Amino acid sequence: MIPAKFEYIKASSVSEAIGLLEKHGDDAKILSGGHSLIPAMKLRLSRPEVLIDINGISGMNSITEDGNEILIGANCTHADIVNSDLINSELNILASTAKHIGDIQVRNRGTIGGSLAHADPAADYPAVVLACDAKIEVEGKSGKRTIPATEFFLGIFTTALAEDEIITAIRFPKVANGNYQKFFQSASRFAVVGVACVKDGNSVKVGVTGVAGTPYRATAVEDAYSGSSDAASHAVDGLEDELMSDHFADEEYRAHLAKVMVKKALEA
Amino acid sequence: MQISVTINGKTYAHDVEPRISLAQYLRETLNLTGTHIGCDTSGCGSCTVHVDGASAKACTLLAVQVDGCEIKTIEGMANGSEMHPIQEAFKENHGLQCGFCTPGMVMTAADILKNNPNPSEEEIRHGLEGNFCRCTGYHNIVKSIQHAAEKMNA
Amino acid sequence: METFIGKPVKRREDNRFLKGAGKYTDDIKLHGMTHSAFVRSPYAHAKIVSVDTSAAEKAEGVVAVYTGSDACGTIGVPCGWQVDFKNGETMREPMHPLLAKDKIRHLGEAVAFVIAETLELARDAAELVDVKYEALPAVTCPKKAMASGAPKVHDEWEDNAAFDWCIGNDRAEVEAALANAHHVTEMTYKNHRLAPNAIEPRSYIADYDVNADKWTLYTSTQNPHLVRLLLCAFALGIPEHKVRVVSYDVGGGFGSKIYHYTEEALLTWASKEIGRPIKWTSDRTEAFLTDAHGRDHIVHSKMGFDKDGKIVAHLTDEFCAMGAYLSTFAPAVPTYLHGTLFQGVYTTPLIHLNVVAPFTHTVPVDAYRGAGRPEATYLLERIISKAAKEMDMDPAELRFKNFISPFNGTTEPGYQTQVALQYDSGNYEGVLKRGLEMLGYEDFRKEQAEARKNGKLLGVGISTYIEGCGIAPSAVVGSLGARAGLYEVGHVRVQPTGKVSVFTGAHSHGQGHETVFAQFVADKLGIPMDDIDIVHGDTDQVAFGMGTYGSRSLAVGGSAIIKSIEKVLEKGAKIAAHKLEAAEEDLEYAEGKWTVKGTDKSISFGDVSLTAYVPHDYPEGVEPGLDFSSFYDPTNFTYPFGTHIAVVEVCSDTGKVEIKRFVACDDVGNVMNPMIVDGQIHGGVVQGIGQALLEEVVYDGEGQMVTGSYMDYAMPRADDIPMIETDRTTTPCPHNPLGVKGAGEAGAIGSTPAVVNAVVDALSHLGVTDIQMPVTPKRVWKAMQS
Repeated sequence: MIPAKFEYIKASSVSEAIGLLEKHGDDAKILSGGHSLIPAMKLRLSRPEVLIDINGISGMNSITEDGNEILIGANCTHADIVNSDLINSELNILASTAKHIGDIQVRNRGTIGGSLAHADPAADYPAVVLACDAKIEVEGKSGKRTIPATEFFLGIFTTALAEDEIITAIRFPKVANGNYQKFFQSASRFAVVGVACVKDGNSVKVGVTGVAGTPYRATAVEDAYSGSSDAASHAVDGLEDELMSDHFADEEYRAHLAKVMVKKALEA
Repeated sequence: MQISVTINGKTYAHDVEPRISLAQYLRETLNLTGTHIGCDTSGCGSCTVHVDGASAKACTLLAVQVDGCEIKTIEGMANGSEMHPIQEAFKENHGLQCGFCTPGMVMTAADILKNNPNPSEEEIRHGLEGNFCRCTGYHNIVKSIQHAAEKMNA
Repeated sequence: METFIGKPVKRREDNRFLKGAGKYTDDIKLHGMTHSAFVRSPYAHAKIVSVDTSAAEKAEGVVAVYTGSDACGTIGVPCGWQVDFKNGETMREPMHPLLAKDKIRHLGEAVAFVIAETLELARDAAELVDVKYEALPAVTCPKKAMASGAPKVHDEWEDNAAFDWCIGNDRAEVEAALANAHHVTEMTYKNHRLAPNAIEPRSYIADYDVNADKWTLYTSTQNPHLVRLLLCAFALGIPEHKVRVVSYDVGGGFGSKIYHYTEEALLTWASKEIGRPIKWTSDRTEAFLTDAHGRDHIVHSKMGFDKDGKIVAHLTDEFCAMGAYLSTFAPAVPTYLHGTLFQGVYTTPLIHLNVVAPFTHTVPVDAYRGAGRPEATYLLERIISKAAKEMDMDPAELRFKNFISPFNGTTEPGYQTQVALQYDSGNYEGVLKRGLEMLGYEDFRKEQAEARKNGKLLGVGISTYIEGCGIAPSAVVGSLGARAGLYEVGHVRVQPTGKVSVFTGAHSHGQGHETVFAQFVADKLGIPMDDIDIVHGDTDQVAFGMGTYGSRSLAVGGSAIIKSIEKVLEKGAKIAAHKLEAAEEDLEYAEGKWTVKGTDKSISFGDVSLTAYVPHDYPEGVEPGLDFSSFYDPTNFTYPFGTHIAVVEVCSDTGKVEIKRFVACDDVGNVMNPMIVDGQIHGGVVQGIGQALLEEVVYDGEGQMVTGSYMDYAMPRADDIPMIETDRTTTPCPHNPLGVKGAGEAGAIGSTPAVVNAVVDALSHLGVTDIQMPVTPKRVWKAMQS
């Protein structure tokens, strides 16, 4: 399998990457971990003419504490996240999520920024950024802005990123009590259902991936929650027409699994 | 595009087309055919190598991406005729049959043991989730890695 | 003196594999080698309206572009087995073209072939071939393919049947016995389609040498000589003595690399056209679309029992997909490799199987690990467990009631089945007893009852299988439609220094022949293993051979080597007698030397070897040299058997199945290397578990493959599987010199029904009686709901 021909440019700064995006428009793609993009290019399902490698941009792969927040550079790999002491102690939900993405080799290359920008409807991070109320820091030709996670995902492989924008970092609040529950698809190991849950006393925030084309905050569950996991029965309220269906899980089973995994997350 | 890569301790400089994967570069340009291509889309793990000390699937990295990196392949594991303890353990425990997935298994095993010198059976199995073997049923691969861990810790 | 038979000798081939120094076909580079790519149909069934190659031909680096309109479009690959209709009509055997010309009959069928200077350029140019199709409705299900009005795969016949077939007792007699049975258990299910997924994709290099007028085909095959025969005599019509087929290291086969594929013939043909070597290596997508698949039977079965639980009759009807064309062994798989095992390990007095084998708009189906026998075992072992449940009997007890009694095949005769075969030797109750003991069956039942009280879903599943291996007596298979003999060739060349080269027609693609064959040769000749080299996989070196599949390598290939060893020792004795000035009958051979009985006068194997090649002081009338080749044609199949037991826990919330324990007690006859036998069992078991829980090729209504990548086709991974607990009983094969039966397929045959039986057992108190394989979480959960 060989991708169609393309030009490869290694960007050395965010502004250079943005300039290249602006110049090449639709013809360009950002290369981060590449573990979704390169296979798609090999199958010639994706054929960018220009590939802008952002892995060499300095300052995009650090994990730092900023008051009550943790700032994670977009180029941090899943392995960086799994191995970060700071994340393990202050944002454990993210480390335990990253542990179940792909496999060792994929975690060594795949990045959090790349995963979020790709917006695979079965990816794991979306549930967590939603439940944590993380903020996606992006930069484009018109400058920097911050997109709340709840406004970031617009659909299958679709985000609020403008064409000339890249994710530079993700800003998480510290989370004391959170967990991620994943029921994986047996072939790809992507999530059939992934549920992230952040608890604070009797209030809860629940992010769900894999269930609908767009990852979502299960607000019906959050509203109904008052300490009991019975609220899980509301996991797909209002989404009945948006449930994904495939060979592994049809709408009925997926809806059931969503409730099961939300319950598990609420009880964890 | 010009790249310079250190592979198994030796530095190479080549002009490569950007669309050439690291796996292809190793196999076709350097004749290091121990890195195998089973699925070419990061599923099967046969092409696993180490990039700057961490395991990676060479089919899903472009050769141009590893410019300036240190790569270790299966050919770099043995010390001359003396096999690496992981290689020895695979032989002693019949951790391979057709041998096709084996280089990837050995390279992944090395990464597992680097980060966790005393893995449990469960941790080994989880660590191998990115590597397919169709011959051994994984049984003896797991045993090989357990045995390698013992040897390396001894 | 060190002996090797029966010992876990470490494999010598591992040294190269572990260092990345194996030599797989894609690792080979030839001077001036070109690369190639195929243009494949995106439709399962379509008319080819036009193929425009002009842009591709002009593309950078392109050497040649071929389509079905070129001469290669009139060439097809043959089928190696003929099964005629019950009414005498000849099997319908369509031409299987190297490139489709007018019509597409399965997704991924090749339409054009592009050769270029590099792989990148070949792929680029292939995209420029402009093919216009007119899509047609497709049928992928073998049962629907036989419905009236089903889309036809081949227009020349009135329906899609390739053949139909039956075996066993008279159908009316079986039906009558069922009508009078005390209890009848019935099952309808699909033994679903699998993709073999050897991790090494198929790879070929064809090299025509214009000066020598000779071809060399490097191919990832299990079967180099048969590929050469089919290629030369049937596909291309080129002289067999001018073709060399080489198959060095092969990265797994599991059946899928037995067959002669269209790409092998096309590359060989095109290499002469362009006068240069051509390489093609399948990518994984192509592997899913074009490697012969396995299974795909739709089954309806009834088994009748008397009031004591004795089986009185068994009647089964099946629709078994052939795919779009007949692959090399395809017709044999759902017939002679399947129906002939319907006796199982039971005394069933009346058996009838009827098979309809239709063409479907899918890639061809052929033998995949076990080939027909897993399908037979799945049926028997599921229906018996289901019957036990219905009759409120313990599934082990029902099996014990119906087992064929132990027989050794020497002092006691073989067991004549109702379905043509005669079993060689067996002790079926022995393996089940041992399996139950290994598991601790009684204790498990108590644990299960306790667990149920706590809402935990535990289940145990038993399977006691038999299979037919050591394929096969030529005259027998010839009478059953095989177009080849299934003997094997073993050539023992003793070098002047007493070192030994053994050439075998068997082919190792993971089985460890280089080690195991050397083990028994060393013992039989009484020389060190290091003095023995095993050579395989090159038609210019090995006289002939029928390859490796059907667990035949030791039973048939090993026996051929033994015959040659006997000849070596017989001739060696003549030379030794001459040198020792003794009568041949006064000599005995042991530990690598001939000794005059009762004396210390002896001559070593090495000295005799040297004498044979330097025949100065030499017996009269004896030819120089010590070099013998033998053909061994077995007198019967071999019949390994065993018991596999799975313990599973089902998650009541999600339906996910976890295998808690897997116990296998197999009897593969005598064991040459227990380490390797265990490894074969482990691997087979996991492939069988894969079928039970994970793997399935799914085509949608248009014939598109829903599961054409590792993102959708679920392969068993290390963390899906527990450690496999193995043990053995040993019932030697009475009719081959090593007493071996074969171990390659056993695991895949025994394990699948054990797992499904366990899942159904775990849910039986909820009223679940059957679940379609693979028993995915979705299916299990739905079964629990209904």
